[in-house]
Amino acid sequence: MFVRVLAVVVTTAALLSATQSGGRAGDKPYVVKDGKTNQATYNGWRRYSDSCLRCHGPDGAGSSYAPNLIQSLKSMSEDKFRDTVMGGRVNVSQSNQNVMPSFADVEDVAMYLDDIYAYLKARSDGVLDRGRPERFKEAP
Amino acid sequence: MEWRKLLAVTALSLSPLLAASANDELIKLSADAKDWAMPTHDYSAQRYSSLSQINRENVKSLRPVWTFSTGVLRGHEGAPLVIGDVMFVHTPFPNIVYALDLNHEGRVIWKYEPHQDPSVIPVMCCDTVNRGLSYADGKIILSQADTTLVALNAKTGEVEWSVKNGDPAKGETSTGAPVVVKDKVLVGVSGGEFGVQGRLTAYSLKDGTPAWKAFSVGPDDQILFDPAKTTVLGKPVGANSSLSTWQGDQWKIGGGATWGWISYDPKLNLVYYGSGNPSTWNPTQRPGDNKWSMTIFARNPDTGVARWVYQMTPHDEWDYDGINEMILADIPVKGTPTKALVHFDRNGFGYTLNRETGELLVAEKFDPKVNWATHVDLKTGRPEVVAQYSTDKNGADHNSEGICPAALGSKDEQPAAFSPKTGLFYVPTNHVCMDYEPFKVSYTAGQPYVGATLSMFPPKGETNLGNFIAWDAGSGKIVWSDPEPFSAWGGALTTAGDVAFYGTLEGYLKAVDVKTGKELYRFKTPSGIIGNVMTYEHAGKQYVAVLSGVGGWAGIGLAAGLTKGTDGLGAVGAYKALSNYTQLGGNLTVFGLE
Repeated sequence: MFVRVLAVVVTTAALLSATQSGGRAGDKPYVVKDGKTNQATYNGWRRYSDSCLRCHGPDGAGSSYAPNLIQSLKSMSEDKFRDTVMGGRVNVSQSNQNVMPSFADVEDVAMYLDDIYAYLKARSDGVLDRGRPERFKEAP
Repeated sequence: MEWRKLLAVTALSLSPLLAASANDELIKLSADAKDWAMPTHDYSAQRYSSLSQINRENVKSLRPVWTFSTGVLRGHEGAPLVIGDVMFVHTPFPNIVYALDLNHEGRVIWKYEPHQDPSVIPVMCCDTVNRGLSYADGKIILSQADTTLVALNAKTGEVEWSVKNGDPAKGETSTGAPVVVKDKVLVGVSGGEFGVQGRLTAYSLKDGTPAWKAFSVGPDDQILFDPAKTTVLGKPVGANSSLSTWQGDQWKIGGGATWGWISYDPKLNLVYYGSGNPSTWNPTQRPGDNKWSMTIFARNPDTGVARWVYQMTPHDEWDYDGINEMILADIPVKGTPTKALVHFDRNGFGYTLNRETGELLVAEKFDPKVNWATHVDLKTGRPEVVAQYSTDKNGADHNSEGICPAALGSKDEQPAAFSPKTGLFYVPTNHVCMDYEPFKVSYTAGQPYVGATLSMFPPKGETNLGNFIAWDAGSGKIVWSDPEPFSAWGGALTTAGDVAFYGTLEGYLKAVDVKTGKELYRFKTPSGIIGNVMTYEHAGKQYVAVLSGVGGWAGIGLAAGLTKGTDGLGAVGAYKALSNYTQLGGNLTVFGLE
């Protein structure tokens, strides 16, 4: 029971930090200093790993099954990214069977879409390496 | 006692005549080395062929003699069937079935392509794979991705009957191969990452009428347990053996999917299969042993009632599904002739049990790097978990580092083979470790229910991500081990020619000497191999065949290379991306000696 309470507290804290300090520095959706990220970008990696990894591969790096998102985000706009996650995408032809579901009803994705985008954009911009991002200490 | 009622009804509806005929036909077909009549070659799942034209001396002269493109570019698991002059080839989604004429180098006799709603695609964890077909009574049985179980006329490809086995809107999909036992088709369900309630279901071979349904988790009348007669390690399992190990209603989305292989002992009249991970991957969210996820089941195929069970990984904390094949072999175990069941689990232990009683005889690591548990207590059956690697003890939002094996398991669904000539098992294995961090997730029907992050890397100081090993299941020891650069993800075949075959993720078909492991032959097929090597004889000649087409969990986890741990490996680290070696494909390659 304690664990549950703790998890809720942590999740809430993540949310708060996303709205407070996870905000944008200039035109970048993420904050990365010396290879370390803010909590929001880190949370993006976690949520990515939960809901996206099983198709798009570890760390957004792509797989035999779904596109490399590091590459995709070099040309895809933020609006298009949001539309695709929320609305899904179907690309089925004779040689292709690619289907992305809509995540609009998935709490763990819809609520943290800013964080997921921030993480993937940081990866796409080449400022964040693969693996579990380290966090810097944020001002309370 | 709901299950007793069910038992009576099933017994009444059973037609003994039909039961005998379908069973005998299959046993006869699988005993004929010319055919490959079952997904597992035969009911014992030994994957051993008594053909010997291709042997240790001449296998070096093997060459591809004809190929066939399936037209689908996804992970190709499983193997084709051969019945007489016809080969039956299956594909991943959209699950096309081809009947190929062996008298004309694979000319298409008929093609069946089901119409499935493509919305099933993203509900499939880890690629749209399918592990193959079954044949019985003039029918080809296919379990489609959307869980439609269909019987096709083997001569024409026309649908004889079709039945819906699950609901993809709840995350229920199908990847496993159905198996025919007597007058019934047995089929499992996938969706452990989507919070399904796993189950094995039996349908009438004649018309698809449901016969029984045995859940992996839930109340006794749903899991078809007799509290007094179903045993665990020789003792009655007692009432509510599953319910008492879950908090509240969690069992309803408790997983225990049944996506692996099914074997059968006709003399004992028991079918054997395993169940997968409990949902979610976050162990702190589901206290208890979570029975009967991660379990070996022995059930009566007529009634579905469980004879015995054994849970390998109570309260899973690492995604070590227990669905790998159960190989039935009569071997000496610690000096005593034994009707054994041998199982190489994802958790890295090779288990030998008495398949009649479910008694645990041997449980030893088949990869020396396995570290999450020190050993398995043969009396209690429980693994001794190392606290450092317990993602539950370390808790949510804590990154547990250096756990071996990774969630891929020390071995996944790629089946091992047994050679009665050497008495050894030949096992394609993964050699990958991980960091694992569980965290809280919420359940939404039909959506991933995972709750853990995962980073994978090779064991410290090692450069190979896989091994192909020979294993003595009587003592629990590795006899020899051939390193593979990538996880060995192709299913093995042994033959009376003293050769073991397997496929690799780069796309090699390899042949090795069963005694020494020495490589005798290799050929690079068009794409990575996650299919199983099979053999058959046609017009007096032996052939070996395998499906290529990289994908599955291997294609997702390894395509882009590993996350870390490659620092010390120099050039080796750089080449770890599988995409540098192979690309998508969908091909059958048939090898011969001519």
